[in-house]
Amino acid sequence: MFSYIVKRLLWSVPTLFGVSLLVFLMVHLSPGDPAITLLGDHANKESVEKLREEMGLNKPLYEQYFIFVSKAVKGDFGNSMKTKQPVLDEFKERFPATVELATVAMILAIILGVGAGIISAIKRYSVFDYSAMFVALAGVSMPVFWLGLVMIYFFSVKLGWLPVSGRLGYEFYVDDVTGFYLIDTLLANDYEAFWDALKHLIMPAIALGTIPMAIIARMTRASMIEVMKEDYIRTARAKGCSRFSVIMVHALRNALMPVITVIGLMLGTLFAGAILTETTFSWPGIGKWIINAVYQRDFPIIQSATLIIATMFIVVNLVVDLLYALINPKIRLS
Amino acid sequence: MSATNENKILDFIKQFKKNKSAVVGFFIVLMLIIFAVFAPWIATHGPLDQELANRVLPPMWDDGGSSTNILGTDDFGRDLFSRIIYGARISLMIGAISVSISLLFGLIMGVFAGYFGGKVDTIIMRIVDIMLSIPAMLLAIVIVSILGPGLSNAMIAIGIVGIPTYARIVRASVMAEKEKEYVIASRVNGSHNLRLMFKVILPNCTTPIIVQATMGFASAVLEAAGLSFLGLGAQPPTPEWGAMLADSLQYITTAPWMIFYPGLAIFLTVLGFNLVGDGLMDVLDPKLKEK
Repeated sequence: MFSYIVKRLLWSVPTLFGVSLLVFLMVHLSPGDPAITLLGDHANKESVEKLREEMGLNKPLYEQYFIFVSKAVKGDFGNSMKTKQPVLDEFKERFPATVELATVAMILAIILGVGAGIISAIKRYSVFDYSAMFVALAGVSMPVFWLGLVMIYFFSVKLGWLPVSGRLGYEFYVDDVTGFYLIDTLLANDYEAFWDALKHLIMPAIALGTIPMAIIARMTRASMIEVMKEDYIRTARAKGCSRFSVIMVHALRNALMPVITVIGLMLGTLFAGAILTETTFSWPGIGKWIINAVYQRDFPIIQSATLIIATMFIVVNLVVDLLYALINPKIRLS
Repeated sequence: MSATNENKILDFIKQFKKNKSAVVGFFIVLMLIIFAVFAPWIATHGPLDQELANRVLPPMWDDGGSSTNILGTDDFGRDLFSRIIYGARISLMIGAISVSISLLFGLIMGVFAGYFGGKVDTIIMRIVDIMLSIPAMLLAIVIVSILGPGLSNAMIAIGIVGIPTYARIVRASVMAEKEKEYVIASRVNGSHNLRLMFKVILPNCTTPIIVQATMGFASAVLEAAGLSFLGLGAQPPTPEWGAMLADSLQYITTAPWMIFYPGLAIFLTVLGFNLVGDGLMDVLDPKLKEK
């Protein structure tokens, strides 16, 4: 087990370097001079040259890469071309918004997905099963930005129940303690602001949660059906366990193993969704930040944000793998 | 065609027909192909024809709509129905080109990794791991932001992003096949490596590749629509569904049909390919589904 952990940890180091090299090369081999992008097409030669010198663009490529990596390791990801702010500060400022959105989306997806998956599996080939699985397949095929817009039309424009965009109404102010508005408003005992934050969150969370929910529902169903055929389920039934206990204790615990792995690996899908969802709802998170950087050709942000996200991704995958090894005796004991 | 092959195909159709959702998906895809091929005959207007006198008309069943513009018109007086019909051409093209790019490189990488194993395998799979550690949509956005926005660059980006998935699937099947007796027999007969890889082994690995390509078609269409929605894919006035949506955002309160129908087209197209892919998986390789 210990050697497995060490091996897995060591494997992620070259991957990280590979990602940094890939991101660096993509940005640096791209057409267009960043100095000209920054100064505009009409800038004179001297100022472009001066900026190139300042940005280190005149150094050989390998040296630039070395500087990029050695700074990144220390947490220095450079400054935004437009705002001059450190990229990491801007990232930290927007990160909680994305995490809050993604967490609520995931909670919705897990509750609804696992629930629908279990019922579908025990009532196999029933009307519920067919409709749930059709909804799940529709969910996987759903363009999240369109779902978001349709919800905005019905719930904001037509019914006027929910706000169209943002995280909080202008009439509210909340002290940034955790960065999660649902928690911060509660800490401040401002229940009106909490309710407002929740109303802002609900549509983006549903939009973002739809695809994960659909995948989880399908996985849970397949996995439950598989597990219900196992001998230990028959044993549990034979020794007189109630139907509820067989399903919820004996079957579900084993059926959820592959589901948990999928949830961990779904982070990528979730992030892709976050970019589109945040754009649709003007949610001030990482996704919208990156898209704005792309519009403004702010390459330090694009480069560093990609690297930071990929790093988090690798770490999460590592943790999921290790957790899986920890739960699964087949790997743990080998 | 030999009798056994004919039987196989008939058997396949029989199995496929049993799967109702797959049949529904098949008809959606069929409709899409018909729309794409016969667009000039089905569409009532040219996709770029502007009639400024008929701007922002509602669908024909709403008050103020007319039967000349079935789904209404957009802010330039272009017929929405005709633009959506022509959009089928673009979506099919996006799917076909992106999947071809992913498939071509994924296949080569997968076959080499699976066949040679050892160092070749390690190097190729490292590259695959690196690509997979950046979320697909983010990688596509970075690629487009470097190449510049536009439909062809979006297709290239989506194609590149898809490569690792195909590489992994092909590698796994090649590894499973390469020790089988017919491969060894062919090797003993003097077949060289390239022949063994692409002529002997690869044809026996097609099942998972076909399933993945069908599903990949769906995700390519979805990703391309997403990129266009973000303004990084197809540019106006191209009748691409995602770009049409992005163009109409400011009309969400006054002309929701401009948002509703292009999105529905994206959804149905993606659903159609996913249903067919799911059905193919059931019929061709039930074991794959259980995994």
